[in-house]
Amino acid sequence: MQRVAVTGIGVICALGRTTGEFGRALREGRSGIGPIQSADCSNVRFRNGAEVPAYDHRPYFDDKHADFIDRFAQFAVIAAREATLDAGIEWTPELRENAGIVTGSCVGGQSTEDAGFHNVYKLGLNRVHPLTIPKTMANAGASHISMEFGITGPSYTISTACSSASHAIGQAFWMVRNGMAPLAIAGGSEAPFSFGILKAWEALRVVSPDTCRPFSKDRSGMVLGEGAAMLVLEPLEAAQARGARIHAEIVGFGMSSDASHITQPSADGAARAMRATLCDARITPEAVAYINAHGTGTQANDSSETAAIRAVFGPYAERLAVSSTKSMHGHALGAAGALEAAAAILALRDGFLPPTANFNEPDPQCDLDVVPNVSRNADFEYALSNSFAFGGLNAVLAFRKA
Amino acid sequence: MSEELIQRVRNIIANTQRIPVEKITIDSSFAELGIDSMDGVNILFALENEFNITIPDEAAKQIRNVRQMMEGVERLIAGGAADTAAVTS
Repeated sequence: MQRVAVTGIGVICALGRTTGEFGRALREGRSGIGPIQSADCSNVRFRNGAEVPAYDHRPYFDDKHADFIDRFAQFAVIAAREATLDAGIEWTPELRENAGIVTGSCVGGQSTEDAGFHNVYKLGLNRVHPLTIPKTMANAGASHISMEFGITGPSYTISTACSSASHAIGQAFWMVRNGMAPLAIAGGSEAPFSFGILKAWEALRVVSPDTCRPFSKDRSGMVLGEGAAMLVLEPLEAAQARGARIHAEIVGFGMSSDASHITQPSADGAARAMRATLCDARITPEAVAYINAHGTGTQANDSSETAAIRAVFGPYAERLAVSSTKSMHGHALGAAGALEAAAAILALRDGFLPPTANFNEPDPQCDLDVVPNVSRNADFEYALSNSFAFGGLNAVLAFRKA
Repeated sequence: MSEELIQRVRNIIANTQRIPVEKITIDSSFAELGIDSMDGVNILFALENEFNITIPDEAAKQIRNVRQMMEGVERLIAGGAADTAAVTS
């Protein structure tokens, strides 16, 4: 087994269009949540989301290229470009042939699908655009990344709702660790702002009417987000040999299934995923200093996640820092785990604890150090990133300071 | 509360929850009927369609039993009728 380094990071989300902008916003505790612009919310009970501000494809794709790529897959390619550039990869024919891509997406090209179905259901037209299927498919992100860089190795997409990107990064990590691929691009992307999807989330009654306040007693639900984050993973020795900058090491991945309820979280399932990750990383709970929580801001998740963390970490939970950066970049569903992995890596690399923004009032059900509102300087060795999906499919990643 | 309203709400709960309507009384708790949070959201959706009302999230969070559900529906219907009366008068 090889040790695995993160040598490239790419991010586009409500907090910025580069990893640098993303990291600065996390440090400042600045929330990217605001009125939704890219979909009509006049008949939706909530108004706010975490969108990429004033996104337009033109700086990134010419019109002809953009016609073939839904917004969610555009985000995937934009993040992959930054990550590969950041990694300073020297593409050789052999590397292109064997490198892999694993992406996560929950809902795929929703705005494309929504527009196509609107034509036949609402407008009574007889045709849906022929690109509806290739733009909507959840694997379009991975496919367009492969074409962008000419990568022909093992590439696929994982769709496990809010855990998609963490499962994707975990699978890519294991592929590189086991020598199946000399390099992998892994992460997730999402662009869920379509009228139909917003109405569906409204019906579920879990979206906040104002903002996302994870772990705060007055929390009122999640806020949807969009964007992408991609990581470049390589064997640590090879990365060191070529003089690459190592942002962090990825050291553990664990999964579990709740097998209990299609929407209600289970503290037991979450705890088993965290334990599996510590076991995979061969570290003790006491080694971990920071957890980037799933922290959706719903009543159910945040108390259940707190119970899970207490079950795994015992008395040591008092000394952990646990924050939810969803308070700033929103809940980007299939991209969430990648944005949060990027946040955990930047926290390790740059020596700070990202805050839980919008925090008002401690909740006895969430009695952890949630780094309320203000980031802190902190030099630490290990961080976890939690993702717990609807459907009870959990994925947790562990990172180590380089 | 009218008998008709009680029957319609009982029927909605029975149909959504797929349990015999006889099991549902005005004093049943959701726990007794095996109604969890997702079931509750499903029932609210069916009630909104049945009575052509919109149940706000905040009100929905307070509902724990059949009586509260019926009272909430009654209030919303009355509110809607008042709105309609105001518009037409």
